[in-house]
Amino acid sequence: MSASVPLLAISGLVVRYGAVVAVRGVDLQVGEGEVVSIVGPNGAGKTSLISAVAGLVTPAEGTITFAGKPLGGIPLEDVVAQGIALVPEGRHIFASLTVTENMMLGATIRRDAQAVAADVDRFFAMFPILGERRHRPAGHLSGGEQQQLAIARALLSRPRLLMLDEPSLGLAPTLVDQVYTLFKTIRDQGVTILLVEQNAERVFAVSDRVYVISGGEFGLSGSAGEIKSDPRFDAAYFGVRMREAASGL
Amino acid sequence: MERLVQTLVDAVSVGSLYALTALGIGLIFGVMRLINFAHGELITIAAYTLLALFGQPIPVMLFGAIAVAIVLALLTERVAFRPLRNADPTTLLISSFAVSFFLQKLLILVVGSRLKGLDFLPELGRQIEFAGIRLQMLQIVTILVSIVIVTALTWFLQATRLGLHMRAAAEDFRMARVLGVRANNVIAMAFALSGILAAAVSCLIVVQTGVVQPRMGVQLVIIAFVGTVIGGLGSLSGAALGGFLVGAASILLQALLPPDLRAFREAFVFIAVALVLLFRPQGLIPAPGLKERI
Repeated sequence: MSASVPLLAISGLVVRYGAVVAVRGVDLQVGEGEVVSIVGPNGAGKTSLISAVAGLVTPAEGTITFAGKPLGGIPLEDVVAQGIALVPEGRHIFASLTVTENMMLGATIRRDAQAVAADVDRFFAMFPILGERRHRPAGHLSGGEQQQLAIARALLSRPRLLMLDEPSLGLAPTLVDQVYTLFKTIRDQGVTILLVEQNAERVFAVSDRVYVISGGEFGLSGSAGEIKSDPRFDAAYFGVRMREAASGL
Repeated sequence: MERLVQTLVDAVSVGSLYALTALGIGLIFGVMRLINFAHGELITIAAYTLLALFGQPIPVMLFGAIAVAIVLALLTERVAFRPLRNADPTTLLISSFAVSFFLQKLLILVVGSRLKGLDFLPELGRQIEFAGIRLQMLQIVTILVSIVIVTALTWFLQATRLGLHMRAAAEDFRMARVLGVRANNVIAMAFALSGILAAAVSCLIVVQTGVVQPRMGVQLVIIAFVGTVIGGLGSLSGAALGGFLVGAASILLQALLPPDLRAFREAFVFIAVALVLLFRPQGLIPAPGLKERI
């Protein structure tokens, strides 16, 4: 880890939905400037984990500390002002609003209108297709274009930590490549990335460290290289499925 | 010819009133998924404010009615709806009925249930001649006021930061909050705007009928609600269009139906509504993304 105090520190996190336990006491640390990924199968608790960080769900137990400050109990709309931005699963683009309006919403917490306008122009240069369609409803964009828009929108809050929930879901492989190429650019700008994916192979190439989650618990964690070559990876990743299969679920 | 134009102007003016009422309901539904039946009492109480301020200068009466409607709208949100923010839509609906009944009964208790005459802006009752056709000034004023209000509302929603936040919240409130949009501000603004719309409708209705009574708002709101449904619940342009069509249709039916069927014009309006819902259940202008609430 690069810094002595991690940017994001999660300890003993438990997320419950009624009687269902989605996350069972996990610890996770993300250092400033790192790219950290959480991989695991569907239903492993990945989305619940980052939803807890984003303030979308209230943890049943455990603490989440960001930049040395506890996040517990702050309202959902205040999380982004702490420096945390989320690209949610399914992108959640505002389909009836224009591309530009979607981007402006990303800058909701900012008051520096001129700098926001400059940032928006920069994103239009980076994603020319968004620039061309800036006045069109975002719902008319393709899935890949919407993903670009969701990432640009998140970055417009100038976050310290960018969290992405399955950014490759539903995208053609070439588009996934494009999205993953972006991560390097984003990281070079000093933004820390916490990435959640089912697709482990892609993740290894961009991540510093990887956590493998299944059944709401971390099985393995370590540097991307270590995890990739660890013979226990498949067991850790598929652990829950094997258990489910064994118990007849 | 003169009769036809008069009927059309009448239809447009009554349609405009219902469009404004439907917009007030549609604004709240957009951000809260709440069908606010207490919107009727905003209209009623704004009218009683005019009555209470009678004799004061006209601007004082107008601003008084608007101010009371805004404050009352914000108060109902604070007391009756904010504590239920995460409750399901049925609970919110029942709460809005409770507010509506409470305010109606309170009015009856305080001022009585009898009609009271209120001669507000009688000069608007004059006839004016326009291109050789005699029209009632009030109808022209109603149409103009509605155009101004709809234009201003459109400008607010399209061109201001808070307007953008409201449109985003109406489509996907949770995501809007993730981006930092403040739920309380958006909802309070929607209620304040619905208060302004209610006060405007109230003033125009009072001029037209010359009376106030505790149930005046309810009758308007029920018809306007039907308008928001056929327009497409959750869509503001749909609400305005639906409200307008329902109001205009009832006037046109009144004029066009044979005399012995006129008493049943509402039945014909509702047949038309049923047909719209049968063939376009999502409404004439469906809302873009009817997502679940926060």
